[in-house]
Amino acid sequence: MKPLAPGTRAPDFTLGSTPAQTVSLTDYRGRPVILAFYPADWSPVCGDQMALYNEVLPEFERYGAQLLGISVDGVWCHAAFAKDRKLRFPLLTDFEPKGEVARRYGVYRTGDGFTERALFVIDGDGIIRWSDVSPIDVNPGADGILRALDALVPEVRPV
Amino acid sequence: MSRRSEAAVLTPAISARDHVKGPADAAVTLVEYGDFECPHCGRAYPIVKAVQQAMGPRLRFAFRNFPLRESHPHAEHAAEAAEAAGAQARFWEMHDRLFERQFALDDEYLVEYATDLGLDAQRFAKELAAGIYAQRVREDFRSGVLSGVNGTPTFFIDGVRYDGSWELEPLLAALKQQAAATR
Repeated sequence: MKPLAPGTRAPDFTLGSTPAQTVSLTDYRGRPVILAFYPADWSPVCGDQMALYNEVLPEFERYGAQLLGISVDGVWCHAAFAKDRKLRFPLLTDFEPKGEVARRYGVYRTGDGFTERALFVIDGDGIIRWSDVSPIDVNPGADGILRALDALVPEVRPV
Repeated sequence: MSRRSEAAVLTPAISARDHVKGPADAAVTLVEYGDFECPHCGRAYPIVKAVQQAMGPRLRFAFRNFPLRESHPHAEHAAEAAEAAGAQARFWEMHDRLFERQFALDDEYLVEYATDLGLDAQRFAKELAAGIYAQRVREDFRSGVLSGVNGTPTFFIDGVRYDGSWELEPLLAALKQQAAATR
């Protein structure tokens, strides 16, 4: 499975973010979206990665960008994880049909039943502008995202 | 957790804006991105001290702020306090004090440390309250993210992220090896 390449239109989706709410990619038209697919809530590397993104949120916000985490975990699992880690961005649940959105982005690990650790930066028109898949046990950090946002929103010079 | 090494380069490089200990022409430079409220950084603090002592003038050490504000409620102000002390030429004294008193980082303690260290405490308190150094701390934080810092402490040896153990022996060995290679 190959991740969708920059220049591709990002497939739209509507996924649960809380037991009572859904989020659609089109909700964020007009501003950059960072999609962070990760294998699982609670696993050590994911936790570090999501905790880091929680800290870097003010930097993302300077570009007007919205961060969305996505995994195949269920909505109650996400709720507990987000509460435990005090996450201030939505975690979307690619739960039913399992991994469907990840498949459309080319980042589902069929044998494993979870997604790659994959990042997509999508522009305000819904076009993928940058993507990255890291080894499953490696925290990709946020430097690639910041550089992609920098290229996308050149007039914003944070700090 | 390691990142692919090609991206993990210190950005920007050490410059005059950095807080640096040790000679500019030292054989090797160690940079730490740290958080004064982070327990791991607290544990690394005496190790870095020991490394500095062992290496003497062959080592240059710099510290940059990477406050994890969501996990550590006092980290941001502690970082700004170190910068405020730096503005009065006492950065390292405050850096040491904060790590030694990691359990007491409320604002009133920060001002107490400033007084203890002989700073103009009134100026210090005023600058801290006004967030004069918040921008500078954000610059450090952002530079850390761009350099591939994923958590604290993260060390760079001669500008390259060091993903090995920072226990005394392996860290010292890595620094000595780098120093020997660049001699």
